[in-house]
Amino acid sequence: MSGISIGVLAVQGDVAENIMATKMALEELGLEGIVNEVKTPEQISDLDGLIIPGGESTVIGTLSMVNGSLKKIKEKIASGMPVFGICAGMIMLSKKAKDKVIGEMDQPLLDYLDVKIERNAFGRQKDSFESEISIDKIGISKFPGVFIRAPSIIETGKNVEVLSKFNEKIIAVKQGNVVGTSFHPELTGDLSLHKYFVNLIKAKH
Amino acid sequence: MIPLSGDLGNSKGVVRENVGSFSTIRGTSTLKRGFAHMLKNGVVMDVTTVEQAQIAEESGAVAVMVLDKLPSDVRKAGGVARTASIRIIQEIMDSVTIPVMAKCRIGHVYEAMVLQETNVDMIDESEVLTPADENHHIWKWDFTTPFVNGARNLGEALRRIEEGAAMIRTKGEPGTGNVAEAVIHIKNVNTELRRIKSIYDAGDEQDLISVARELKVSYSILEETASLGRLPVVNFAAGGISTPADAAYLMTLGCDGVFVGSGIFKADDAKERAQAIVLATTFWEDPDKVKEAQKMIDERQSMLGLDTKNLDLRMQERGSTA
Repeated sequence: MSGISIGVLAVQGDVAENIMATKMALEELGLEGIVNEVKTPEQISDLDGLIIPGGESTVIGTLSMVNGSLKKIKEKIASGMPVFGICAGMIMLSKKAKDKVIGEMDQPLLDYLDVKIERNAFGRQKDSFESEISIDKIGISKFPGVFIRAPSIIETGKNVEVLSKFNEKIIAVKQGNVVGTSFHPELTGDLSLHKYFVNLIKAKH
Repeated sequence: MIPLSGDLGNSKGVVRENVGSFSTIRGTSTLKRGFAHMLKNGVVMDVTTVEQAQIAEESGAVAVMVLDKLPSDVRKAGGVARTASIRIIQEIMDSVTIPVMAKCRIGHVYEAMVLQETNVDMIDESEVLTPADENHHIWKWDFTTPFVNGARNLGEALRRIEEGAAMIRTKGEPGTGNVAEAVIHIKNVNTELRRIKSIYDAGDEQDLISVARELKVSYSILEETASLGRLPVVNFAAGGISTPADAAYLMTLGCDGVFVGSGIFKADDAKERAQAIVLATTFWEDPDKVKEAQKMIDERQSMLGLDTKNLDLRMQERGSTA
């Protein structure tokens, strides 16, 4: 079996950290694969799995629409490619987003995850926090949650599985092969979520 | 990969609380530096009004920086430049979803406190404003809100990081529309980084200690930086960026993103220019895309700009020896 090809959408945000975490996850799992920055529709079309990293969702959305990447990602999701959206990436994957202060948003989204997101749900940067959380549903009992101007999920459709909550707020979900988290596993030394995602890709590959 | 932990993990800015059944911690180095990581490959735009902030957000700015006057007007007005009106900062915070930053005077601890209470997302301890204390910058570990500081060389950058800055930007020469000084500063930093990396690779601790003394920084931060071969925090370019090509050029020199001050809203084609600079910053590796971005602006509408050789006021020198 040939190695798997994983991309990290490199429009804006913390790309390098996700590349590093995914490479280490592959290594720990003893799997063959390559991890690359991807920016163009051509690069995206060859992938087995994609991570949309943290950053500003309005920026990532607008700029990946400009060069056609957004449309390509939609096609790949429809064909079953696993995608992991982190913070801004999870907002990108959703059908609907509103901002805690501004209200309803009209921003380019991938329109897949059947959830409604509240952006900046925990407040502004001063309210950003770290806390230990659990993602028991996928066998991760303890995980260091790093929440930076984080969104939460306020409504879920029937095909959406809730993976984790923080103080009654939904902070991780899964629908088909698409996973989204409010927090940033790539900023911690803990590889369990990246390993979980790599295994999703491998199962599909 | 850039490390997220810094010294002084248990400083005053770190707050421990219980939320429901969860124990949480705020103001850590991971959260402050992590915030800066989320800005990477983005453009932070200086704005003075709600309208400008909305144009910035629509154009793809990753954050806005609120000032009372754009740097070129600060230069023209003279007098004392202070932090922006809190009411305007709040209005802007209520009208955009992207992070909102604001500037305080170098060393002015209480302007910074006021900005932290206002709940801005990041504070820029900036040489664009008139320094309150040229000899001491703010001890930024005491704050929960992260800080960005300007630097002209490696020593300045590392001294600011040791004081708790979560992000660095080059100083350039603000409000001139002239990118020349920003280019010099980023090249200075790069040259010095190459120098300490080669000393580190040669295993010459004695020489590394003498560089630490020369730069007036601790051995531990110099060693960490030397081993990384880059600054241990996110590093943006700033000062005089006016065109898409300016932004793309600074990205090629290894910057993680750019701040644009007067360059956008002092131009007569602000909206197109804002979009074009974002495009050029995102796709800087692709000359054809940068050309397309450059085509969106009209050079006849760029701000006129100033020669940096004959300035009465060199903002970059403020606080640089401390």
